[in-house]
Amino acid sequence: MSSTTRSPHLRDPAWLGRVFWAMAALALLMPALVATEFKPWIFFDPDNLKVSMRFLADFFPPALGSEFLLLVVRETWRTVAIATAGLTLAMILAIPLTLVSTRILSISALSGRMHFLPSCVRQIVRWLLIFLRSIPELIWALVFVRVVGLGPAAGVLAIGLTYAGMLGKVYAEILESGDAHSTQSILRNGGSRLQALFFGLLPQNSAELTSYSVYRWECAIRSSAVLGFVGAGGLGQQMDNSMKMFNGGEVATLLIVFMLLVWLSDLLSGYLRKVMQ
Amino acid sequence: MTRAHLPTHARPRPPIRWNSSIYWVIIGIAVLIALSFWTLDLQLARMLSIDSAVRMGKFLGELLSPTLDPKFLSKLGVASLETLAMSALGSLIAACLGLLLALPASKTTNGVKSAWYSITRLILNAFRSIPELVWAALLLISAGLGPFVGTLALAFHTTGVLGRLFAESIENAPQGAAQALRIQGVNEGRIFLFATLPTVLPQLVSYSLYRWENNIRAAAVLGVVGGGGLGQMLAFHMGLFQMSETSSILIAMIILVVLVDALSYLARRLMSR
Repeated sequence: MSSTTRSPHLRDPAWLGRVFWAMAALALLMPALVATEFKPWIFFDPDNLKVSMRFLADFFPPALGSEFLLLVVRETWRTVAIATAGLTLAMILAIPLTLVSTRILSISALSGRMHFLPSCVRQIVRWLLIFLRSIPELIWALVFVRVVGLGPAAGVLAIGLTYAGMLGKVYAEILESGDAHSTQSILRNGGSRLQALFFGLLPQNSAELTSYSVYRWECAIRSSAVLGFVGAGGLGQQMDNSMKMFNGGEVATLLIVFMLLVWLSDLLSGYLRKVMQ
Repeated sequence: MTRAHLPTHARPRPPIRWNSSIYWVIIGIAVLIALSFWTLDLQLARMLSIDSAVRMGKFLGELLSPTLDPKFLSKLGVASLETLAMSALGSLIAACLGLLLALPASKTTNGVKSAWYSITRLILNAFRSIPELVWAALLLISAGLGPFVGTLALAFHTTGVLGRLFAESIENAPQGAAQALRIQGVNEGRIFLFATLPTVLPQLVSYSLYRWENNIRAAAVLGVVGGGGLGQMLAFHMGLFQMSETSSILIAMIILVVLVDALSYLARRLMSR
């Protein structure tokens, strides 16, 4: 049924506008298509097609040699270990920085404006946190590979620094978003700031803090698997090697292991968050 | 008066509610952390030695002298635009593909799953659990170096993420308008286009914008494996130990990321007002 024969009350009143905006979007899109060299037909270039078909055909069966599987298990553990060690380092860095930068634990802020020096320190710590998290962990890893050499140390440092920035920011936000009443009354009655933290802030926010940390651990596993591509150890490095050798079977095994790892860490972190509540 | 006589609500709540499973969880976490540090062979002694501190200092010193050569800066500008274009196009493709896959991946009104439900969910999960960088490395084999690979890599990963989010918002959409059309005998395709889609569209757009923001950051990095944009430049100049160029690229990246963060913060402030 074409639109001319359709009775007028069935016609879409906004039809003209929709077509106009679709055309405008396409016109806007053109420069982006040019800039990204968007040429899907390269895939169907006979040479490329032959290479990719051979690579994909290699995917099945996945490599299951006992030697290779042992290697994969070792690299998987290293991925988890890099993530865990990195997150531990991040927490060691983030917790003091959070405590320094939380406004709610400031005594001078109880009555009006915060004093000049403490507010300067807080601002500097905030900027430091922004700096740490605004450089992606992969770039940190590239930098650290240069400094400490190839291997897991670069990955741990990269995750540690980036995640310190993220954790520091979110911890401070969580601490400040809650009800400030109990903390302030502890401070007003002469309690120390540590007492205010342990008896005012933490009881209120501990569930949220732990659940965010566990969530970040899950993210750290994902990123540590990727960091290997720049030489920081773990699954990524193995995958990079297998891809460079066009070994489809090994790549398939590694991809499956990778998905399993992500899925398992997802389950585990869901369980942990439930227990910690 | 001892504490035991106080009514329960007068006692401060302990920071963590201690029950038996929590002890096991804490022991487990401690063991995991200890094992991680123990097995990784981090060579902490070497890392914290004077030698590495000197190297780090030298490296940072070199990083603090960015090049300001106008020719290089204009190349940097082009690469930044390329990064932006990659992220925008990747997110757009992902939004379209994600919506297409979200339809079979969402339960219908009566909670009935379509025949394609499990297979599309599986595809979405697979797309999502492979990170952009791995997608890029895979696609490199069949499409060669360049921003096109980066764009597609972003698109594939984001399709998985958005598809699942879209499916959930379609499932949770209020049914009023759709039901009204259904009673009139309108077919399901039209119901989706004229009732469900308009209801969920704002949410879909906000998810897509949020992913776009993430993708700008990811696009800056993707180039490191050969996916175009700022990352490719970075990998190239860092590989040649051209530190002043590397430093300019790093600064451009930080500016890009901070700018995007600030803009999205402002936009959210404006919208929530």
